[in-house]
Amino acid sequence: MSDLVRNIVRFLAFLLVQVYVLNKVPHLHRFITPSLYFLFILWLPFSVNRMGLLLVGFFTGLSLDYFSMTMGLHAAACTLIAYLRPFVISVLTPKDSAEFNYREPSPRAMGWTPYLVYVLILTVFHHTYLLFLEWLQFGSLLEFLVRIVSMTGVSLLLVITVELLFPRKLKFRTNTA
Amino acid sequence: MRNVFLFIRRYFTLLFFLALQGTALWFLFTYNRFHRAVGLGMANEITGWTNARYARVDRYFHLKEENARVHRMNDSLLNLLHGAFLFPDTTVKSVVDTTRYDSLRGYRHYLYRDARVVNNSVNSDRNYIQLDRGATGGIRDNMAVVGSDGSAVGIVVNVSPHFSQVMSLLHVQNKVNASLKGSGEFGTVEWDGKDPRFLTLRNLPKSIQVHKGDTVITSAYSYSFPPGYLIGTIAEIVADNSTGFYVLKVRTAANFYNLQQVHVIENLQRDEQVQLAEDTKKKIEEPQKQR
Repeated sequence: MSDLVRNIVRFLAFLLVQVYVLNKVPHLHRFITPSLYFLFILWLPFSVNRMGLLLVGFFTGLSLDYFSMTMGLHAAACTLIAYLRPFVISVLTPKDSAEFNYREPSPRAMGWTPYLVYVLILTVFHHTYLLFLEWLQFGSLLEFLVRIVSMTGVSLLLVITVELLFPRKLKFRTNTA
Repeated sequence: MRNVFLFIRRYFTLLFFLALQGTALWFLFTYNRFHRAVGLGMANEITGWTNARYARVDRYFHLKEENARVHRMNDSLLNLLHGAFLFPDTTVKSVVDTTRYDSLRGYRHYLYRDARVVNNSVNSDRNYIQLDRGATGGIRDNMAVVGSDGSAVGIVVNVSPHFSQVMSLLHVQNKVNASLKGSGEFGTVEWDGKDPRFLTLRNLPKSIQVHKGDTVITSAYSYSFPPGYLIGTIAEIVADNSTGFYVLKVRTAANFYNLQQVHVIENLQRDEQVQLAEDTKKKIEEPQKQR
């Protein structure tokens, strides 16, 4: 499968799982919506340039918005993490190893700890911004803080579960490929 | 000038990011207007299509409860049948001049259409319900929606050709005129965005007696809802000391967790009522301003 086809399939899978499974299952608590779809952006190949990342992020968020009737809410949060992603990656990985040997961020490419830090930072940014926008329109401060922490925790658990259940078999990139 | 171009080139990604953020925030804060004009037509057809497929599977799992509800509703309707009553002859003959309407038949005030729920949420503070019937099925904005057991559910806020979007009672911007079943005192039902099992009834003066368990129904003053549809029962009475009004917690009658079949109710005289109200305002208030 080429990168493009792989990512389109992934996009549809993440979107459908988010809309029809995670948004539908009875929630642990009414404040906590398990959210996983943004992992699609974190999994995009290293080779996508920054403009491409921004556009893909924007439209990923927008597609989810169409389902949840919150125009622009997720789009804003996704654009933010798509913008921050290259900075976080460049801080966490030494230039010469991962980015040149592997196609996309994964525990295998970056090592578990840097990968989890990478996921954690972007998750916190995503949720904080998302909830901040919601909070601007409606809500209280304490609720806002509790929700950031709890939703980040749930998202991290989901990401780890996904990584363990579906280990991506990434080919070592070589000159011939 | 050259420096300006250099600046744009150097920070192009940042500027592009800010532009996308701006677009997203603009969508977010001008949601209704934008959505009505551009977004809904196409997008609602696509999300509606996938939602309808999902609902077809999901519906199967709730058949039993739904069946029981429909059965209860039928039962209550059977009780209203003409044959269930005896009519002693009271020999009063009323003569009404019927130039326009047959006075015995009455003319239709409300029109009911059935529809199925294809998407529904209770987890947000702005919950919407999507129905599989749209403008081509006769649905218009501002029609009332009640569940299969006759409990108030929401009001249609947006339609596309084949689907319509209902603002659920569980929406922080929602306001429905309600009244107490016994005394007929009226107030407004709102939602505080917290617990999907409870609504809030406001504007009921403290001068009247209210008890836990009292029934709250849609009032006769609503332009959308026919009077007498069940909204819920009073679960908790909070005396608001700063005003002369109660704040009442109302347990919803509709179970928003498993809505499936609903009735969409059209008030055939709504336009006339709203028009009259507006015209009255114009007639009475505006000449006074000029004076």
